[in-house]
Amino acid sequence: MWGIMRQRAACKAYHALNLEQGIRAIALRAFSSSAKQMTVRDALNSALDEEMSADPKVFIMGEEVGEYQGAYKISKGLLDKYGPERVVDTPITEAGFAGIGVGAAYYGLRPVIEFMTFNFSMQAIDHIINSAAKSNYMSAGQISVPIVFRGPNGAAAGVGAQHSQCYAAWYGAIPGLKVLAPYSSEDARGLLKAAIRDPDPVVFLENELLYGESFPISDEVLDSSFSLPIGKAKIEREGKDVTITAFSKMVGYALQAADILAKEGINAEVINLRTIRPLDRSTINSSVRKTNRLVTVEEGFPQHGVGAEICATVVEDSFEYLDAPVERIAGADVPMPYAANLERMAVPQVEDIVRAAKRACYRSR
Amino acid sequence: MALHFSKYLKQKMGYLGMINLRSWSCCFYQKQPYLSRRFESFKADKQLGSLHNGGDPQVMNFPGGIVKFTPELKFLSDTPEERIHCYRVLDDSGQPVSSNFVQIDKDIAVKMYKDMVTLQTMDTIFYDAQRQGRISFYVTAIGEEAINIGSAAALGMDDLVFPQYREAGVLLWRGFTLQDFANQCFGNKGDNGKGRQMPAHYGSNKHNYITIASTVATQIPHAVGAAYSLKMDGREACTITYFGDGGTSTGDFHAGLNFAAVMEAPVILFCRNNGWAISTPVSDQFRSDGIVVRGQAYGVRSIRVDGNDALAVFTAVHVARKMAISECRPVLIEALTYRAGHHSTSDDSSKYRPIEEIEWWRATQDPVARFRKWLEGQGWWTTPSEIELRDHARREVLHAIQVAETVEKPSLKEIFTDVYDVPPSNLCDQEKSLRKTVERHPQDYPHFLF
Repeated sequence: MWGIMRQRAACKAYHALNLEQGIRAIALRAFSSSAKQMTVRDALNSALDEEMSADPKVFIMGEEVGEYQGAYKISKGLLDKYGPERVVDTPITEAGFAGIGVGAAYYGLRPVIEFMTFNFSMQAIDHIINSAAKSNYMSAGQISVPIVFRGPNGAAAGVGAQHSQCYAAWYGAIPGLKVLAPYSSEDARGLLKAAIRDPDPVVFLENELLYGESFPISDEVLDSSFSLPIGKAKIEREGKDVTITAFSKMVGYALQAADILAKEGINAEVINLRTIRPLDRSTINSSVRKTNRLVTVEEGFPQHGVGAEICATVVEDSFEYLDAPVERIAGADVPMPYAANLERMAVPQVEDIVRAAKRACYRSR
Repeated sequence: MALHFSKYLKQKMGYLGMINLRSWSCCFYQKQPYLSRRFESFKADKQLGSLHNGGDPQVMNFPGGIVKFTPELKFLSDTPEERIHCYRVLDDSGQPVSSNFVQIDKDIAVKMYKDMVTLQTMDTIFYDAQRQGRISFYVTAIGEEAINIGSAAALGMDDLVFPQYREAGVLLWRGFTLQDFANQCFGNKGDNGKGRQMPAHYGSNKHNYITIASTVATQIPHAVGAAYSLKMDGREACTITYFGDGGTSTGDFHAGLNFAAVMEAPVILFCRNNGWAISTPVSDQFRSDGIVVRGQAYGVRSIRVDGNDALAVFTAVHVARKMAISECRPVLIEALTYRAGHHSTSDDSSKYRPIEEIEWWRATQDPVARFRKWLEGQGWWTTPSEIELRDHARREVLHAIQVAETVEKPSLKEIFTDVYDVPPSNLCDQEKSLRKTVERHPQDYPHFLF
């Protein structure tokens, strides 16, 4: 499967493999409908591969990205293809290699820095914010920092408090940064490509549990020139009764909630934010002006969260259109516990979203 | 046999006070052939055993390389008997005491001296300007003129400079004018930094001088990353980064040195060890023999130089640069000096160090005076030249301040530019909104212009 994607994305002149390609294509058609499937992991890997192929200035740096093929295999095969100068295994110092990456970006390279999880980015947060985000402004446009900081963000499964925090709200507050949060494979490919090509520093928040999930993917998305616009949210599901905003893994939960709500006669509109900063205020507000009700969903801590910002945005721009108070679904206000039952209660579940939507529609308390 | 050995150890260790190291090591030595034989014997693959130590029981090929064993129980000393020696070319009276230095011609030497005097003059007058309330803040490099100019003169214009904040002289050498310095300190429309930063936070792409940030030692890994990029580009240039004794305590110093060595980056790591980090003396900052010994710990070639000797600094940087570029390696230079001024205008160092100490260094160890003596000894400088230079520098600096003071502040639109490459819609909206507000309430915004 991955071989085919690489095939399409890279050189086309593999005559010897055409037969194999043909057989695989037939096999695929035999198993599924005409839609191709791709995991988020493969989407990210192919995006990295294509961007590195297209621009020799792009290089990857992080712990275990080379020989180990990536802690989550996102950089699989890239060391073999591009060599150790462009796929750099680093010593254990996030502050160090984030600083090194920023220096390379000051010079003119385009680094993609991987944090094994964004929890570890806290070690490097000074470089991300003070050395990357603010540099263009502080230098009056003399220093641009075309760097991407990427890695898994938010809760995984059973990894406890120091491996489960969501950083969307923290980085989303910083002028000078762009913050992206893909959900599907199309999001992953399009947004990562956009991030790498962008002249500004980008924080790219992935999700470990989504890496293995497969999504249908079109030919247009598979093209190496594909990219998605930064700052544009996507209406995943149109509706007219209540707007549900979400990003990353919670988009999947929101869609499930919408299916459940549909059976009860509530037609929910689900917005996949895709970009946390700059927030697509116009899409969110247009939706709320249509539905008059809003539920925000996020995995992170509730105070000063993304939902709080969306709520303020809607109150500022569309107050008269609201028919009910804004409902905010977020992670529990506790460090993430480990035991499976406790963890389940600390992260939003589909039923939480369903209940919130019903409350917004005055169907229940 | 192993049981006996450990019992033996216990017995010996129990009488710590009586341990005769030699007798202990003799015992150890006796045991050793047994141990290594035992080690070899349970290797299934004889070849593997020979790969690991070549059949030699005195060494082992551990991860990281071959290491010789020793029966001596010897700890490396925490304090050396003698501190690492300090390279110096000129003595206190400007007489060469070394024949081992890079010769510089008259033009370069005179420019060096002129820039050292200009830097000293600029620092003195700008400091006073802050005291008078004309600028809000300033940092001087008093006592470190030789470090600033000596190092700058040995670099090429293609070498990328990553300063901390006490290296304005490097920018001066490269062509930043007194007016440019004054404009930045006043944050006016002429400031190429568009009034974005505190005074003395200079930066200029044109001069390959990366904009100064207040964060301490962050420039070290930046310099290494940029050096790595230079290497990938195959350029005949290096990067240089400056930091103080205090900056070497940070995590970034450690990561920067370590990475520079591992990545074989062409970077000069220049430490200005001036004895003080604000009020923290070096004795409270670290217990190593300064910074030079740390280079070896990271596998980085290093040297200690007299930071008040412009020729020594010049030579060290000149040679380090060659090594960095041709051998693709980092080089650490520790320049010993003294911070003769206060940390900044927010500091009064007489509160934590004796005034006599400050006076002594200023009077007897002035790097500018020492270089002048050498210059005069060469027949390249005279007293009339001195008077003329000092007078000229003073007038130029005062003029720059007077002009900078009258130039208007940057346009209000510069609040919103350069946050991103392309201004986002929310900032565009906010700018429109601000324009309307200023228009509507001009009395609240006198002199605030778009």
